[in-house]
Amino acid sequence: MIDWSGYIGLILQGALVTIELTIMGSALALVMAFAAGLGRLSRFLAVRTLATVYIEFFRGTSIFVQLFWVYFVLPFAGVTLTPLQAGVLALGLNVGAYGAEVVRGAVRAIGREQHEACVALNLGRYHRMRHVILPQALPLMLPTFGNNAIELLKGTAVVSLISLTDMTFQAQVVRAQTGSTLIPFATILILYFAMACAISAGVRWLERRASRGLDGVRV
Amino acid sequence: MPSPIIRIDNITKSYGPLTVLDGLSIDVMPGEKLALIGPSGSGKTTILRILMTLEKINGGHIEVDGDQLYHMPNAGRLVAADERHLQKMREKIGMVFQHFNLFPHKCVLDNITLAPMLTKGVAKAAAEARAMELLDMVGMADKAKSMPAQLSGGQKQRVAIARALALSPKIMLFDEVTSALDPELVEEVLNVMRKLAAETDMTMLLVTHEMGFAHDFADRVLFFDRGKIVEEGKPDDMFRNPRQERTQTFLRKIIAAGHRV
Repeated sequence: MIDWSGYIGLILQGALVTIELTIMGSALALVMAFAAGLGRLSRFLAVRTLATVYIEFFRGTSIFVQLFWVYFVLPFAGVTLTPLQAGVLALGLNVGAYGAEVVRGAVRAIGREQHEACVALNLGRYHRMRHVILPQALPLMLPTFGNNAIELLKGTAVVSLISLTDMTFQAQVVRAQTGSTLIPFATILILYFAMACAISAGVRWLERRASRGLDGVRV
Repeated sequence: MPSPIIRIDNITKSYGPLTVLDGLSIDVMPGEKLALIGPSGSGKTTILRILMTLEKINGGHIEVDGDQLYHMPNAGRLVAADERHLQKMREKIGMVFQHFNLFPHKCVLDNITLAPMLTKGVAKAAAEARAMELLDMVGMADKAKSMPAQLSGGQKQRVAIARALALSPKIMLFDEVTSALDPELVEEVLNVMRKLAAETDMTMLLVTHEMGFAHDFADRVLFFDRGKIVEEGKPDDMFRNPRQERTQTFLRKIIAAGHRV
């Protein structure tokens, strides 16, 4: 009879790494999403180009390859990252590229009449974006941001390839040591699902808060 | 004789091959209440949008309160205005839209205080005090904390008027401000505008299909068709004895459609 408590503990340690990666990766993705999403709407061609190149590159290549580049190729350029740093960087940049299109789409969905009201009230570009457009665009972004965060959570499993001891990595360790596939993989199945549920609930809460008073009505 | 506050000089405006305004000139005197009437697509709304810098012109000049709107002096020559110049010019002009264009995520009070606080650096308390005065004037003081979605069309439009007034413009542009309203809500908005005309010496340009209101409100009426002024005159002359056949036809049609004169 196998004593599972130690093995489950190992998987829970891995769960902490997964959570850490998800939170830090999401934070970076959020920053990149706004930077590149607003960058694509810039009136400066250079900024638009830079943002477009970033988005197309990271959407067009696989997270697997990106991770290997960040961890194994960057050291040749003199940049050596810990596995955690490399994982956060690759995940954040990858998901941020998807998020950027969400930001752009939501900002563009805000009607012309809102922009015109801003011009008539003489609000400058920054004030327009900060006080009028983004507060209305945010509720439109949140559902897709929730999707992206869950994608990122599941994407964290690839970091086991660069020897980061996340949940999937630990489940494989347990499988190798005990010969049981069912218990470790059932455990992480439940844990991934629970984490995804937590993200969904959190985003739903944010949506309610951000759309308070809007009632889905455009005035 | 004071000089005009708005001097539109031979402007042209086209969208691709479609010419909307062709060599149009209008002078508006300070404090004048000007009504622009005419069929849809005649270019009257375009004039307001051009004055609010929402549309660019393709040719000609516009002077507002002594300064060029779309041009600025640079080394003795007039060059195209930059954003900073436009911002300076927009301080003189306010606009109320057909569809209100309130900010749906902000309560009535915040809709009004936002621009004065951000663009003029007015302190929150002062901005709110002024907003409450204006809300009182438009009869909406009790709705200061409501969200726009909770208001009727007429109420929204009265808030929109207060919002535009909060920046104390010298010139107010009203673009079909009652066209999107249910008939029974039109009067409450018109009453606010009558009050505004009586209590202030603001210059007002009004695009409207409410001929009765245009008659009572305006000092001068311009009838537009296909981007040109067909006829202009005092409201009594324009509505009782229009000289041009096109004006007569238009007024007949609009009366037949149920608009009173």
